[in-house]
Amino acid sequence: MRIPEQVKRLAIVIGVLVALTLVARFVLIPRSLTSTSLHWSLTTQRESAKPVKFAGSTACQDCHDDIAAKKAKSFHRVLACEGCHAPSVKHAEDPSAAKPVIPRDRTTCARCHAYDPSRPTGFPQINLTTHNPLKSCSTCHNPHDPVPPKVPKECAACHAQIERTKAVSSHALLTCTTCHKAPERHKTAPRTALPSKPDSREFCATCHGQGRAGTPKEAPKVDIATHGARNLCWECHYPHLPEGRP
Amino acid sequence: MNKREFLKGAVVFIPAAGVLGAVARHAAGKETAAKEPAAKQPAAAPNAKNGYEPSAHYYGMGIDIDKCIGCNLCAVACKVENDVPDEPFYFRTWVERYTITRDGEVSVGNISLGTAREPMREPVQDAREVVRTFFVPKLCNQCQKPPCVQVCPVNATFTTQDGVVIIDAERCIGCRYCIQACPYGQRYLHPKTRVADKCTFCLHRLVKGLQPACVEVCPTQARIFGDLRSHASRLVRFRRLNKLHVLKPQLNTDPKVYYANLDGEVR
Ligand code: HEC
Ligand code: HEC
Ligand code: HEC
Ligand code: HEC
Ligand code: HEC
Ligand code: HEC
Ligand code: HEC
Ligand code: HEC
Repeated sequence: MRIPEQVKRLAIVIGVLVALTLVARFVLIPRSLTSTSLHWSLTTQRESAKPVKFAGSTACQDCHDDIAAKKAKSFHRVLACEGCHAPSVKHAEDPSAAKPVIPRDRTTCARCHAYDPSRPTGFPQINLTTHNPLKSCSTCHNPHDPVPPKVPKECAACHAQIERTKAVSSHALLTCTTCHKAPERHKTAPRTALPSKPDSREFCATCHGQGRAGTPKEAPKVDIATHGARNLCWECHYPHLPEGRP
Repeated sequence: MNKREFLKGAVVFIPAAGVLGAVARHAAGKETAAKEPAAKQPAAAPNAKNGYEPSAHYYGMGIDIDKCIGCNLCAVACKVENDVPDEPFYFRTWVERYTITRDGEVSVGNISLGTAREPMREPVQDAREVVRTFFVPKLCNQCQKPPCVQVCPVNATFTTQDGVVIIDAERCIGCRYCIQACPYGQRYLHPKTRVADKCTFCLHRLVKGLQPACVEVCPTQARIFGDLRSHASRLVRFRRLNKLHVLKPQLNTDPKVYYANLDGEVR
C-alpha cells in the first residue's frame, strides 16, 4: 500500500516535535527541577558541605591535653575553648597557620560574670567597676581553672620581704598588727583598703619611752624628749629591722 | 491532508507527547534520585563520622531557661558559623530578656541587638517593681508541621530526613511568603543573596558529628541538643526529666525545640 505523501510529511513534523519536547525536557531542564527527591538530596548535600568554623572542644583536646584536663575539672568545664579563643578550625588543622585569639581583656569575662539582674541567682557575678579594676582578670584567676583566689591568712603571703626582714630583727616577736591596723578587706582588695601606719614618735614611745608605765620590760628605753628629737623614729630606725646602732 | 486536518492532528499529538514525556520523566527522576546522592557525596571531612545516615536521626533541641545567663555567645557564634550578616536585625538565633513588673506588665528586649562584643544591656526598670526577669534564647523551632514550608511557591524549602527545615538558596526567589508565614519570626531575607535564610541546626556540623555552634559555645548547658531517635541522647533524658513547653502550642506547628522552666508569659 502506498502511504500518501502528506501523511509522511505529517509523521516527520510530529517526529521532530516529539524529539524537541524530549530534548527540552531531558536536556535543557535540569533534572533537579523536575525530581523533588533529587532536588532535596542535592540541596541537603550543598548545605552539608558548607565549611565548619568552630572546630569543637574535642578537637583542641588532642594537642592541648594539659589545659583540657585542667579545665575539665574546673568551674569552667562546660565552656568551649572557642567561646573564649574565637573559632579556630584553621589553627586546629595546622597550628602554625593561624593563632587563636588570646582574650586578656576584661570584657571577655564580663560577658558572663558582670552583674545582670536577669541572670539566674547563684551564678557568680561581680561588679566590674569595683572588682579589682584595671587589672586583667587572668592575673588573679586562671581562666582554665578559675577559683576565687584563696584569701591569704598571713600578711606574709604578700609582704614576704618585710616578714623575712622582721623575722631576724629585734622586732621578730611583734605581730604586724601591733603597728598596723589592717582592715579585713585589705587581704582581698589591697589597694582599695590600706592598713594604718604609725604616724608619730609617741607610737614607739608606748614601748620604748623611758620612765613610762606599761612598757615591755625587754624593750630598751630611750628618753623620748631628747633622743633624735627632731625626727620621726623611723627616719633613723627601719621599723622592720630596728637595730640599736643604725 | 489539508491544513485543517494537520492542525487537528497537532492538537492531539502535542499533548500526547507531553504526557509521554511526563511518564518518562517520572521514571527517570526516580531512578536518578536513587543513584545520584551516593555518587555525588562530598569527600568526607577528615573528622567526619563515616557513613552519615540522615534517616537514622531526628534532631531537636531543649532549652533550660533556668540555666541561661544571657551571655549572648550563642547568637555571636551562630553569626560567625553561618555567615549571617553582622548588622543587628539579622539573626538565626537570639536571646530575649523578659522583665515582668508588679503591675503585670511584660517587657521583652532582644539583648543580641548590640554589637558582637557588647551585647545590648539596656537598664532594667526600677528594681523594686520587677517581679521576675530572665533570658529566653530563641531559634527556629524546626516544626514538624512547618507553616513556612507550606507557603513556598517554588518548593525551595522542605524538611530533611533528619528533621531540619532548610532552604535551597538557588531555587528561592526571595518572595518572602515564608518570612510572613513563620509565627516565630525565624526567617529573614539575607541582604546579600536576597533569598530567605534561617537556622539549619548547623546541618553541615551535624553530618560531621559536631554539635550546632550555639550549643558548642553555651557555657551552662542551657541548650541541649540531641537526636530524638536515640535513646541515649542528652535530649531524650532532658525530655524525660523536665516538664516541657513549646512556643505557641495553639498554632499546632508541633515544634521540636522544647523549653524547660518556661514562664507562662513567654510568647
Ligand atoms: C594539631 C595540634 C593542635 C590543635 C588541634 C590545637 N592546637 Fe592550639 N596550639 C598548638 C601548638 C603547637 C601551639 C603553639 C604554637 C606556637 O607557639 O607557635 C598552639 C598554641 C595555641 C594557643 C596560644 C597561641 C599563642 O599566641 O601563643 C592557643 C590559645 C591555642 N593553641 C588554642 C587552641 C584551641 C582553642 C584549639 C581548638 C580549636 C587548639 N588550640 C587546637 C597545637 C594545636
Ligand atoms: C574563660 C575563657 C577561656 C576558655 C574557656 C579557655 N581559655 Fe585558653 N586562655 C584564656 C585566657 C584569658 C588566656 C590568657 C591567659 C594569660 O593571660 O596568660 C588563655 C591562654 C591559653 C593558651 C596560651 C597560654 C597557655 O596557658 O599556655 C592556650 C594554649 C589556651 N588558652 C588553650 C585553651 C584550650 C585548649 C581551651 C579549651 C580546653 C581553652 N584555652 C579554654 C581564656 C580561656
Ligand atoms: C562563656 C561564659 C563565661 C566566660 C566568658 C567566663 N566564665 Fe567564669 N564561669 C562561667 C561559668 C558557667 C562558671 C560556673 C558557675 C557555676 O558553677 O555556677 C564560671 C565560674 C567562674 C569562677 C568561679 C566562681 C565561683 O566561686 O563559683 C570564677 C572565679 C570565674 N568563672 C572567673 C572567670 C574569669 C577570670 C573569666 C575570664 C578569663 C571567666 N570566668 C570567663 C562562665 C564563664
Ligand atoms: C587582684 C586580683 C583579682 C582580679 C584582677 C580579679 N579578681 Fe576576681 N576575685 C578575686 C578575689 C580575691 C576573689 C574572692 C573574694 C571575693 O569574693 O571578692 C574573687 C572572686 C571572683 C569571683 C567569684 C565571685 C563570687 O561571688 O563567687 C568571680 C566570678 C570573679 N572574681 C571574676 C573576676 C573577673 C571576671 C575579673 C576580671 C574582670 C576578676 N575577677 C579580676 C581577685 C581578683
Ligand atoms: C593580698 C596580698 C596582701 C596581703 C595578704 C596583705 N597585704 Fe598589705 N599590701 C598589699 C599591697 C598590694 C599593698 C600596696 C603596696 C603598694 O602600694 O606598693 C599593701 C600595702 C600595705 C601597707 C602600706 C600601706 C601604705 O599606706 O603604704 C601596709 C602597712 C600593709 N600593707 C600591711 C599589711 C598587713 C599588716 C597585712 C596583714 C594583716 C597585710 N598588709 C596583708 C598586699 C597585701
Ligand atoms: C614596730 C612596728 C611595726 C611592725 C611590727 C611592723 N611594721 Fe610595718 N611599718 C612600721 C612603720 C613605722 C612604718 C612606716 C615607715 C615609713 O612610713 O617609712 C611601716 C611601714 C610598712 C609598710 C610600707 C612601707 C614599706 O616598708 O614597704 C609595709 C608594707 C609594712 N610596714 C608592712 C608590715 C608588715 C607586713 C609587717 C609584719 C610582717 C609589719 N609591717 C610590721 C612599723 C611596723
Ligand atoms: C636622728 C636619728 C634617730 C632618731 C630620730 C631616733 N633614733 Fe633611736 N637611735 C639612734 C642612734 C644613732 C642610736 C644608737 C646610739 C645610741 O645608743 O644612742 C639609737 C638607739 C636607739 C635605741 C637603742 C638603745 C639601746 O640602749 O640599745 C632605741 C630603743 C631607740 N633608739 C629608739 C628610738 C625611738 C623610740 C625613737 C623615736 C621616738 C628613736 N629612736 C628616734 C638614732 C635615732
Ligand atoms: C609593742 C612594743 C614595741 C613597740 C610599739 C616598738 N618596739 Fe621597738 N622594741 C620592742 C622590744 C620588746 C625590743 C627589744 C627586743 C629584744 O631585743 O629582745 C625592741 C627593740 C627596739 C630597738 C633596739 C634594737 C636593738 O637591737 O637594740 C629599736 C631601735 C627599736 N625597738 C625601735 C623601735 C621603733 C623605731 C619603734 C616605733 C616604730 C618601735 N621600736 C616600736 C618593742 C616595741
